[in-house]
Amino acid sequence: MWNQAWQYVISHPDKIFEWTLQHLYIILVANALAAVFGVLIGIYISGKGRQRIADTVIYLASIMMTVPSLALYGILMGILSALTLPSIGFLPVVIALTLYGLLPIIRNTYTAIREVDPAMIEAGRGMGMSEIQILVKVKLPLAVPVIMAGLRQAVVMNIGIAAIGAYIGAGGLGQPIFRGIANYRTDLILVGAIFVSLLAILADLLMGGLEWLTTPKGVRTRRRR
Amino acid sequence: MIKLDQVGKTYADGTEAVKDLCLEIKEGEFCVLLGPSGCGKTTTMKMINRLIPLTTGKIYIDGVDVYKLESNELRRGIGYAIQNIGLFPHLTVCQNIATVPMLKKWPKPKQRARAEELLTLVGMDPGTFIDRYPSELSGGQQQRVGVARCLGADPPILVMDEPFGAIDPITRNKLQDEFLRIQAKIRKTIAFVTHDINEAIKMGDRIALMREGVLVQFADPATLLSSPKDEFVRNFVGADRVLKGLRLLKAKDVMKKPPLTVKVGEDPMQVKARMERDKLRWAMLTEDDGRFLGWITWEDLHASKTIREIIIPPSVTASPDTLLNEALSMMLNSAIGTLAILNEKECLLGVLSFEIIRDVLGQQVGEAQTEP
Amino acid sequence: MKRYTMVGLLLALLLGVTVWMTSKGSVGIFKMFSGMKIVSATLRHLQIVAAAEVLAIGIGIPIGFLSTRHAFRFVSPVLIGIANIGQTVPTLAFIGIAGALLGMGYNAAVIALFVYATLPIIRNTYAGILSLDPAIKEAAQGMGMSKWQVTSRVELPLARPVIMAGIRTSTVVNVGTAAVAGMIGAGGLGALIMTGIAVRVMPIIIQGAAPTAALAIALDALLGGLEDWMTPRGLKVLKKAQWQE
Repeated sequence: MWNQAWQYVISHPDKIFEWTLQHLYIILVANALAAVFGVLIGIYISGKGRQRIADTVIYLASIMMTVPSLALYGILMGILSALTLPSIGFLPVVIALTLYGLLPIIRNTYTAIREVDPAMIEAGRGMGMSEIQILVKVKLPLAVPVIMAGLRQAVVMNIGIAAIGAYIGAGGLGQPIFRGIANYRTDLILVGAIFVSLLAILADLLMGGLEWLTTPKGVRTRRRR
Repeated sequence: MIKLDQVGKTYADGTEAVKDLCLEIKEGEFCVLLGPSGCGKTTTMKMINRLIPLTTGKIYIDGVDVYKLESNELRRGIGYAIQNIGLFPHLTVCQNIATVPMLKKWPKPKQRARAEELLTLVGMDPGTFIDRYPSELSGGQQQRVGVARCLGADPPILVMDEPFGAIDPITRNKLQDEFLRIQAKIRKTIAFVTHDINEAIKMGDRIALMREGVLVQFADPATLLSSPKDEFVRNFVGADRVLKGLRLLKAKDVMKKPPLTVKVGEDPMQVKARMERDKLRWAMLTEDDGRFLGWITWEDLHASKTIREIIIPPSVTASPDTLLNEALSMMLNSAIGTLAILNEKECLLGVLSFEIIRDVLGQQVGEAQTEP
Repeated sequence: MKRYTMVGLLLALLLGVTVWMTSKGSVGIFKMFSGMKIVSATLRHLQIVAAAEVLAIGIGIPIGFLSTRHAFRFVSPVLIGIANIGQTVPTLAFIGIAGALLGMGYNAAVIALFVYATLPIIRNTYAGILSLDPAIKEAAQGMGMSKWQVTSRVELPLARPVIMAGIRTSTVVNVGTAAVAGMIGAGGLGALIMTGIAVRVMPIIIQGAAPTAALAIALDALLGGLEDWMTPRGLKVLKKAQWQE
């Protein structure tokens, strides 16, 4: 069985490459969308006097997270077909992944901004920084590593969810797994499972490195201590 | 010059933090806002740079209403230091110090040069520290950088909110001394908030003592101690204890040598040259046998006049055994800043000044506060 | 209160949609699933999740706990490392490998879910106990508690909220994984969704998807409540205070 899987890998590297690319493409699009919306929403709800909105948004997003991916795909297919949009393939999967990716990013953006030392903000304001300057020069640089941690969580989680998306025709590394299950081809199942796991683990490492790189140097040394 | 004209602050919940406050801080003056917590001193300070909007009254800086300026522009012209420092951990020491220059869009090299200059001013080696991050500095060093940062764009005015409040007493003392030394050089107009009477006496040219939003007394430290306006001031500054403490010391214990003594027969122009060299505004004059005659000032020295003609005779003098509290009231009553100490033969032994008494007071208050 | 209202509304909506779809009877040539079928699929779903979860709790907590002991300090970093990496592995990979190695059906699904659910429980038990202030343990020992008493009266009660959080996470994730396990013939609500997707009939998909979502949301809320209830009162006050800071 393992031997067969290995045979498959050496005889069809092009297919594995194609599935991986499809997978990465979905992840890239969905997480880019999630990052943009997540950070914007996170910044918005961290504003003064928006505590209640923040609580509600974060709570709704966390309920969203509990919805099983297969169920969400199903619900989205229903909604999309009612809107006469393509109800299988790329679109429902990207929408689902974007929704799943939002929570960790919103939550991390929100907490990171809220946790910036008030003394720093006061110092900034006292020296004549505008609110935008305080956001861009003080709050965001300090929040970026935390936001990156959220993005990392989102990416790793979404690699797994995208795999299930193969079932509704989005392609990617889930495809060999489903095909293998349907046709009793254990070699295909193993190839898909192993490569999608490797992808997730590599993405985790890579995003961890990115998290470290985006941490401002002065804060890094503090953490090391 | 900062002028507060009938300034009042009422918060949304109805608390009156500051009531009808009038205060004028002169150019180059170190003004301490002192009082127990909740007295409105910090509110007052933050109204100057509009971090807290005022409810009534006006605040003028050099005659301009602060509300005539854009708030961020105003703040960039006022140095600001706070107890928690609030250094930006993601920026280097250089970038932190150059925050306001950066906001004012100075060219990069100029920002760095300014940061180096200010680091040197606060006694830190630019070569060692300029590219470090705040997390790599000790608490005292961070505080120094905080002070350097508030001087970033060389603002004529500084507002400081207990900038030395969060550090250990030994380092605090050192920083206070250094800051006084710096202030002697840069002569900023300063509004400095503290609840520490010791610090107030040590640092302030004048102290504005506040209570429940009202300015109770605005005076120089010696006056505040020797003639407190009411019971509250007396208790708050611990005047009784401190003045009792002064009674334990005599003039001879703390007097200093006169900076320059001149004999009657000397040539006026030579004396004038010596005074210019030592940057002295006045000198003390004695007979050849050492008897004290009086004071001469630099302005009065002329080739056409003999020294004897320009003597200002002393209105009061004290003996080496004069108690310090008496000496202080003599100085206050006769409105002189320096008191000559003479022996029974009227020979000049030394001088006492407000600064000397203030140092003594500072120590006394410090000791009084550390008592259980 | 407000949160539970939100959950209640969502559940009502999802169940309402399910009932509505079921009441249609048929769409075109396709017959809808009967109400009975949906109920039995839900029960089957719960059965898979519960079986896996009970096993995971029974094995995960002891492993997590033992990893914190001095005697196991050599293995624990490896173990926790595996648990961490294991959690990044996609659930579909677990299901696929279980199907490939153990054949199709209920047992393979339960085993895959059990292994996946054990990881967060091990990790949270480990982290929950290690994060305790050593002074607390020292104080307990100092007062003459035996090792067993320190564990049962101090360490485990204090780590309980964190362990519960691990159980909650793994349960909610498992509701989703169990749906995917429909693929390897384990039955449950996933099978209904997959049938719907196979025939491309939206109402049938919804018949499976809506109750699955409802199940996950309900279990999450329930376990969240349980987590709250099981948190010692002193810790709750602490938590609140930290939040307010």
